[in-house]
Amino acid sequence: MSLWPELELVLPEVSKPARYIGGEGGMVEPEHHPSKVAWLLAYPDTYEIGLPNQGLQILYEILNERDDAVAERAYAPWVDMEAEMRAAGLPLFSVDTHRRAGEFDVLAFNLSAELVYTNLLNCIDLAGVPVRAEQRADHDLLIGAGGHCTYNPEPLADFVDFFVLGDGEEVVSEINAVICDWKRAGKRSRQSVLRALATVEGVYVPSLYDVVYDGPALVSITPRFADVPAVVEKRTVPDLAAWPYPKRQLVPLTEVVHDRLNVEVFRGCTRGCRFCQAGMITRPVRERPAEQVRTMVADGLARSGYDEVALTSLSTADFSGITEVVSATMDCGAGEVSVSLPSLRVDAFTVGLAAQIQRARRTGLTFAPEAGSWRMRQVINKLIDERDLYGAVESAFSQGWRRMKLYFLTGLPTETDVDTLAIGELARNCVELGRAHTKNPSVTVSLGGFVPKPFTPFQWFGQNTVAELQRKIFLLRDDIKRNRGVQMKWHDPKASLVEGIASRGDRRIGRVIEEVWRQGGTFQEWSEHFDYDRWTQAMDRHGLSVDWYVHRHRTEDEVLPWDHISAGLHKDFLWQDWRDALNEVGLEDCRWTPCYDCGACTGYSIEHIVASAVPPAGGSQGTGQVPTGYQPPRAVEVQLSGVGERASS
Amino acid sequence: MNPNQAPRTRIRLRYSKAGRIRFTSHRDVARIWERSLRRTGLPVAQTEGFSPRAKLHFGLALATGYESDAEYLDIDFKCDEMAVDEVLDALVSTLPDGIIATGGAVLSPGAMSLQQAVTSCDWDIELLNVTAGDLAQWVDRVLSAATLMVTRERKGKQITDDLAPQVRALEVGEPTSRGVRLLATLGTQPRAARPSELLATFESAYRPILIRRTRQWIEQDGARLEPLEVGAAPAQHTLIGVQ
Repeated sequence: MSLWPELELVLPEVSKPARYIGGEGGMVEPEHHPSKVAWLLAYPDTYEIGLPNQGLQILYEILNERDDAVAERAYAPWVDMEAEMRAAGLPLFSVDTHRRAGEFDVLAFNLSAELVYTNLLNCIDLAGVPVRAEQRADHDLLIGAGGHCTYNPEPLADFVDFFVLGDGEEVVSEINAVICDWKRAGKRSRQSVLRALATVEGVYVPSLYDVVYDGPALVSITPRFADVPAVVEKRTVPDLAAWPYPKRQLVPLTEVVHDRLNVEVFRGCTRGCRFCQAGMITRPVRERPAEQVRTMVADGLARSGYDEVALTSLSTADFSGITEVVSATMDCGAGEVSVSLPSLRVDAFTVGLAAQIQRARRTGLTFAPEAGSWRMRQVINKLIDERDLYGAVESAFSQGWRRMKLYFLTGLPTETDVDTLAIGELARNCVELGRAHTKNPSVTVSLGGFVPKPFTPFQWFGQNTVAELQRKIFLLRDDIKRNRGVQMKWHDPKASLVEGIASRGDRRIGRVIEEVWRQGGTFQEWSEHFDYDRWTQAMDRHGLSVDWYVHRHRTEDEVLPWDHISAGLHKDFLWQDWRDALNEVGLEDCRWTPCYDCGACTGYSIEHIVASAVPPAGGSQGTGQVPTGYQPPRAVEVQLSGVGERASS
Repeated sequence: MNPNQAPRTRIRLRYSKAGRIRFTSHRDVARIWERSLRRTGLPVAQTEGFSPRAKLHFGLALATGYESDAEYLDIDFKCDEMAVDEVLDALVSTLPDGIIATGGAVLSPGAMSLQQAVTSCDWDIELLNVTAGDLAQWVDRVLSAATLMVTRERKGKQITDDLAPQVRALEVGEPTSRGVRLLATLGTQPRAARPSELLATFESAYRPILIRRTRQWIEQDGARLEPLEVGAAPAQHTLIGVQ
């Protein structure tokens, strides 16, 4: 039954009503049936943030292609819509056929960021289901969650029935089979379906585990039954070529972020940046065949009408033969097609690539050196030297760009003020390079506070305090202030702290999340709704120490809340990498060099799928090999003349 | 090469907007048209410069949430001749549900833009919480008022306008299953009067559940013309479905 007649009375009262209408190109209006499992795939943020999510769209298609499943979508209603819904007694609904959430069997969330956790609780509540898993009845919706945040599922363990780790393409059908059997047998005993789900590889059912604490310390998380795995392994799709999804990317009727065709060119990254959780948990590298990329781009442009395509991955310039693929992409559309390459490594951004992507339209350009000094970049294993950055910036300015954004982290392990101030130096030098090409070059420094994440070498690191992050931000701001052409933006360090609570929290943090939600703390990733005091007060009230959860360095022997989860990575590999970081020792990319046995390939008997046996040409390429004769620059002039020579050669 | 000398054909299309897509904004609809036209593969002219866009010229904005039988846009094609039927046929499969191109005409060079040319619109307003009798009394008050001062905010300033000269016609329509219909003709020059402004006069608390633009008019030499009839080049004149 569609809720549309009720919704259309409410929609004139809310902002951006097109968030709630569905109707996207590629949308499915599936036929529900008692013998099919009905999935409501939810993104716990606004429609315009959630709609483009590729993971959700992939599962939407795979499930709707099955004859024993249907899938629709839901997004977190904005605060004004939530108020209208609660006043009118309207539950969470799908945007596809505007069915109430209660008509589905599974409510499954994509979790990409910690600050949306309270939205997840709110969506469960709006769906008419008790937020605590233990209070749910047999016929209540099953609550599932997947996505990068689920590598530490513990903060949400009390609210989510089952978590799914890793790539969803294969496991979603296995989960569907289990739920389908249970549904067809009359949904007797919620416990039985949870037990069955726990036997599916990649699925974690937190209610089947006992947690033991000793004071503040976590002692163990162990399964209560013999058939429930002691360690839950992530799922990995061995070959992306077998999964050319989404085939019919949703084309929204209203504006969303990343409003363009998105084609994933590879998954996984072995550059080994030590702060980067995505690069660690998605290993190994699996490239999509270039031919398939071309087909997906051509088909996608033709059916969507988009004139922009993003070739997505964690580091798109590393894709084998990227220049050729970009060139082919730009030629395949009916008219002008612009290509954007998110996550560009500066050492692979060449004049050729710059020339290609600016042919149709210059999209925004963001480079992520991440740290200001070479020493700091060795610590974080982002092995690009200044000349790589200046070369990339020079390429961009010479091809007509006038502004670009540089992304940096602060609060990194071993960081000193020298490292922080080096960010300003880099930015100023980039602006100087631009002056040769344009009157008013502009470089925006975007500074984020570093939040250590599970399954990275920095998972043992004590996060900087709010005061320390704030001090560093202002230090850099004051240093940059006087320079025309350099702007600076930064993330609220208080938001980084809350992210830190959830990022490495254990199951006890669930009470804090619930309390913040009960006090109305939704949309915490939106600055106008973020409420720092609610979080710290809730921590206090539950006797939990921010210092202990966020700022404390962990020891090697400590039991981590995610030790019963496996991303394939050996813990001793991560520990060794953490020691190497402190010793400022870099690690080369294993895609083109021998294996370090991190565990991601060997543990699952899979391998990198990379078309090119050698790294892309030019720059130091993150291989750890600083070019012969390279000396860290002493003066700006030396750098500039060096770049000038290269550009003219 | 001077782009002004490139071949150009300008076609004016009429389209309807109804159903759930009515909650998209004017900007959303502009993007929908760009994508839908690109999918047809027709040779739509592009703007010059670093960020080329399709040369589309939209008429009066339709407020988010309103339906319409009579929206218009002018499209420039980079060719000497373009058949209206070809454009309409191509759009059948590329426009999303709820937007239907219902007619078109080739414009003669120099035709006035829609924004300048349109002088009034007909509105069909479905009201929920009122009886036909009460509404008739309100209509009489509005029509007999010498002035209808309405205040709106623009760029932080309060601006007061007299709505009375803009109310060209007003009457109670047929009842619906949910309420009563109000039919209005409102002027659009120099600024388009909005149905919401009309409904706010005399402190009415009438709650519209559906507002639909039914016609747009161009007054020319004492005659009221539909925008497809104005400036159309007679030789290539094609009209489909004009009532």
